[in-house]
Amino acid sequence: MTEHYQTARHFLRERERWRWPEALPWLAIVAAFFIVPDYLALGTQIVIAIIFALSLDLILGYAGIITLGHAAYFGAGAYATGMLSAHLGWGEPISAMLFGGIIGGLAGFISGWVLLRYHGLTLLMLTLTTAILMQETANAAEEWTGGFDGLVGISIWPLLGTFDYDLWGKTYYCFAVVVLLVCFLVARTIVHSAFGRSLVGIKGNVERMHGVGTPVHGRLVTIYTISAAMAGVAGGLFAESNAYVTLDVLSFSRSGVVLIMLVLGGTGRLYGAFVGTAVYMTLEDELAKLSPEFWEFGIGLLLVVVVLFFRRGLLGALEDLRVRRS
Amino acid sequence: MTVALETVGLGKSFGALQVTRDVHLSLAAGDRHALIGPNGAGKTTLVNLMSGALAPDQGQVLLAGRDITTLSQARRVKQGLARTYQINQLFADLSVLENVVISLSERAGAGWNPWRRSSANSAVIDEAVVILAQLDLQDHALSLVRELPYGRQRLVEIAMTLAQRPSVMLLDEPAAGVPSAESHIILDVIAALPDHIAVLIIEHDMDIVFRFATTITVLVAGAILAQGSPADIANDEQVQAVYLGDGGDV
Ligand SMILES: Nc1ncnc2c1ncn2[C@@H]1O[C@H](COP(=O)(O)OP(=O)(O)OP(=O)(O)O)[C@@H](O)[C@H]1O
Ligand SMILES: [Mg+2]
Repeated sequence: MTEHYQTARHFLRERERWRWPEALPWLAIVAAFFIVPDYLALGTQIVIAIIFALSLDLILGYAGIITLGHAAYFGAGAYATGMLSAHLGWGEPISAMLFGGIIGGLAGFISGWVLLRYHGLTLLMLTLTTAILMQETANAAEEWTGGFDGLVGISIWPLLGTFDYDLWGKTYYCFAVVVLLVCFLVARTIVHSAFGRSLVGIKGNVERMHGVGTPVHGRLVTIYTISAAMAGVAGGLFAESNAYVTLDVLSFSRSGVVLIMLVLGGTGRLYGAFVGTAVYMTLEDELAKLSPEFWEFGIGLLLVVVVLFFRRGLLGALEDLRVRRS
Repeated sequence: MTVALETVGLGKSFGALQVTRDVHLSLAAGDRHALIGPNGAGKTTLVNLMSGALAPDQGQVLLAGRDITTLSQARRVKQGLARTYQINQLFADLSVLENVVISLSERAGAGWNPWRRSSANSAVIDEAVVILAQLDLQDHALSLVRELPYGRQRLVEIAMTLAQRPSVMLLDEPAAGVPSAESHIILDVIAALPDHIAVLIIEHDMDIVFRFATTITVLVAGAILAQGSPADIANDEQVQAVYLGDGGDV
């Protein structure tokens, strides 16, 4: 019996063990700082997008919640952080970003309570309309948000009172990377907890989860709120690093692109957010330079190839390759 | 004997189709009660009404005397009413072990904890190992559910429910789809269920029903046709006429 117990425990631990390939994305992030210092502004935006995609993975990849409106929470965070500075004059970067997270989480909690009573196509349409409604509200509340012209007058204080915003974006790159690391550790802890495994259960067979006494709606609202808060943090960082917020933060295309990036990298594996985002945004940048008119075509083609031939994303394809070789 | 589960005047319709009609059924603690009836009689629907997967149009469900009619399925499970499904409802892409661990974590109240690693809960893993051994599944613990022979999957179905430590178990055709050479494994498991659990079993095989049950309820077209001891049912002319007439197996 103890032998069976040991085997069982070992087996369950195997999934959550740290593996050496996990060091690779972090090494790449550190290396980028030294190797391509001219690209750190782009790097910062990539890191912010990774946080955003990671937040989406928590609900899509683990809990199976499909959404076309995740920008609602990114945008809520961006406007919250931006307005805190533009209207109330508070520009301390860490607390202002956390404020973005709180507002994003609050928006997620309230909307999620209603949205998560639905599934499938209905849910997809409702998330989409939620984000559109928020964008329209932001557009109408011109006095507060700057409406179509965008929110100006954001002034962010030096980080920790010392590190000012620099021309090469080093400060914000480092800031964003630290935030990413924290978000990642939180996400990794969550997905390996009993709570996280219950989300996988809900995704796998919701009927059975009801049958083992899981309050399914409460679980979904909880992870949705956590995810929205993380998206809000990404939005807050976005507002701070650009010192400018437009309606674009709430746009359908932002909701769509984050979904594409995550699917490209692979869902339900945390690192899919890293790979998908980095590949997508680097390609976007390079292709836009090569051919300003046709870069979207290139990205579209890549996506079609991935969806047709590598259902489980780039990381899924890598995994299959390794399995086949061994 | 205390009443573990009771339904009072339960009714349910799907559109114009009345699937449950004024069903009064009661299970004493430790009962072994068989629910039989032809295909489409409304047996699964009755289990859905009792377990809370469906809400009745009329009537009440009482668990240990308390009205649970408006409670969610999850809340009923917490109060000791658990069921298995006629068609497997398992996490096919997870290991047998983890299927049971998810069920146990939920019962242990760990499902809300986002910080503690699920593999660090040794009480849960301990119990999972015990349950798997009890159902003779220990050698399959690490296999994915979908790789298991169907008969074994049916055992996992029971394990998921046992993990809830129920006081009432509703078993919806536990041996359905299992080759007869293997079905004895499942029946042995059911026969060995602890005495304090009240068991309601839906089953088509009359040999099993008569061997297992102390009380039998015959459901036809949503209504109870007859109820009583196996001897009563076997001698009931009405039942014989509409149901057992052709010699047993339905
Ligand atoms: N969700 C539903 N919507 C509409 N009709 C339903 C639904 N569920 C069941 N029915 C119908 O209700 C009737 C009873 O179904 P039920 O599954 O309860 O029967 P059963 O006695 O379990 O049959 P079986 O022995 O085949 O499992 C059937 O005619 C079925 O088609
Ligand atoms: Mg049935």
